[in-house]
Amino acid sequence: MTTDQIHERLKARFGDDVGPLSEAKIDPFAVVKRERIVEVCRFLKSEPGLELDFLEDLTAIDWPKRNVIEIVYHLASYKQRHLIVLKVETDRASPSLDSVESVWKTANWFEREVYDLFGVLFAGHPDLRRILLPDDWVGHPLRKDYQEAGGWHGITNVRENPLVELKRLDDKARAEAQPRPAAEKPPEPPAPGGQA
Amino acid sequence: MEKLILRRVDRSGEEMILNFGPQHPSTHGVINFIVETDGEVLKKAVPDVGYLHRSLEKIGEIVGYPGFMPFTDRVDYVAAMFANEGYAVAVERLLKLEVPPRAQWLRAVSCELTRIASHLISVGTMAMDIGAFTPMLHGVRERETINDLIEALCGSRLTYNYHRIGGVAFDMPEEWRDKVLRFLDHFDTFLQEFDRLISFNEIYIRRLANVAVITGEQAIDYGLVGPNLRASGVDWDLRRDMPYGAYPSFKFGVPVGKGFFGVSGDCFDRYYVRILEMAESSKIVRQALESMPDGETMAKVPRNIKPEPGEAISRIESARGEMAYYVVSDGTNKAYRVRVRAGSFTAMGIIEDISPGLMVADLVALIASLDVVAPEIDR
Repeated sequence: MTTDQIHERLKARFGDDVGPLSEAKIDPFAVVKRERIVEVCRFLKSEPGLELDFLEDLTAIDWPKRNVIEIVYHLASYKQRHLIVLKVETDRASPSLDSVESVWKTANWFEREVYDLFGVLFAGHPDLRRILLPDDWVGHPLRKDYQEAGGWHGITNVRENPLVELKRLDDKARAEAQPRPAAEKPPEPPAPGGQA
Repeated sequence: MEKLILRRVDRSGEEMILNFGPQHPSTHGVINFIVETDGEVLKKAVPDVGYLHRSLEKIGEIVGYPGFMPFTDRVDYVAAMFANEGYAVAVERLLKLEVPPRAQWLRAVSCELTRIASHLISVGTMAMDIGAFTPMLHGVRERETINDLIEALCGSRLTYNYHRIGGVAFDMPEEWRDKVLRFLDHFDTFLQEFDRLISFNEIYIRRLANVAVITGEQAIDYGLVGPNLRASGVDWDLRRDMPYGAYPSFKFGVPVGKGFFGVSGDCFDRYYVRILEMAESSKIVRQALESMPDGETMAKVPRNIKPEPGEAISRIESARGEMAYYVVSDGTNKAYRVRVRAGSFTAMGIIEDISPGLMVADLVALIASLDVVAPEIDR
């Protein structure tokens, strides 16, 4: 089945809660209303003929200009051999949506990663903790406005540019090697062969 | 932190919580498992990952499109060629670039050689984790030859940076084809030798068959990919079912786990599928070298890469299964978002739910059979 046909079946079932398929800029996608994502996913997985049993990827994109975080679902079907991309938009200030862990188990770790790196809360997730970063890390690094804190438990994560450090050492060495004043100059050694 | 302390839960019983890792030889990298045991039997093994997190996805937003290519090597250092190819294909899709045929064939050859090298490490370390040291040395010996061949091709032995956006960096050197064919002749007999050495060893089979069974439905539900998925009986290979690059021109089989000595989806199936896959990769390399077209190895790529706004995903069958790069462009010369979807990440996610009831020694077999590579989990 083509992506258009899958999208038509979705439209027939959910109406305007599933947005239009985007203009085909390489990979098209459809935006789904935030409240209905679990219903849509369960329908896509169980409906005969669609059977999108493989959650290939679940990730997010931060758009500060539009003030949204997009959650991106790449779905595929091993039986029917077709694909579709869904997106859900959520407010940047307090991003949250329902977890699809009950539909695909693999969403468990993907959602933990999105929570860790973007700070999106997934309601109904059984074990929503940070996965890649330490539990007491501050901030969510893949957000566009993330500022590094400069360290973690005394371990620095910023480093001077090595070129700057080298230049400093260079300057120091040059200052030390400067010629001394003329009065302190040691006497010239006698010409060779003079006293033989 | 409390979880880092080895402690008895009950003074009279045998239950304990202990840390398996992060520096344990059988965890294949820096991974920690917080293991709850009751004597020798596991109650639960919870993976704690992230020790190798280097924020590669953030780096992808900071450096330009061609500049990210050397970083992709670090996604999977055992099979870096696939990580190169995945990223190259994603950006080529964004740019709507056509890669010259010779470059596609060279990509297939280099990738299949890398797949053999990666699987040799996988099956070798698996035997070592079970307690047989010799197969590891045999595997690494053959891998050395592949490393030499790839060094002759692109100058590097581990982090290749060989595939580029629009093609490959170098054409193959003179007489390289004969060297590869000589190696493959040797390698086909080596596989039989390896089977005699370890695969059909009675003790080895009894340690692996019927252990930590993952059914086909579970494998799909947890998003397992590649050899781990095929070992559970799901007949799916991106090279055959959603072909990319030069793969439509080659004939090769897709080995599927049938329960060679136990049931489908046990540790032995995950091991033996990889052995069979190496033989298929050898066939692909032979066909590719035979039918290698002439011509350019690089497409005309603009010096300043600025794709139209849009998004593309590339799917590559890497040694650890489907590797997907999801690249979003906003029209500038830097990617707006680079996402790496790697097989090891989802493979780790299944361990917590499969582990209850296993013996401690079986956990080692399970981790080894899933063939996870730590930087691919943490990226």
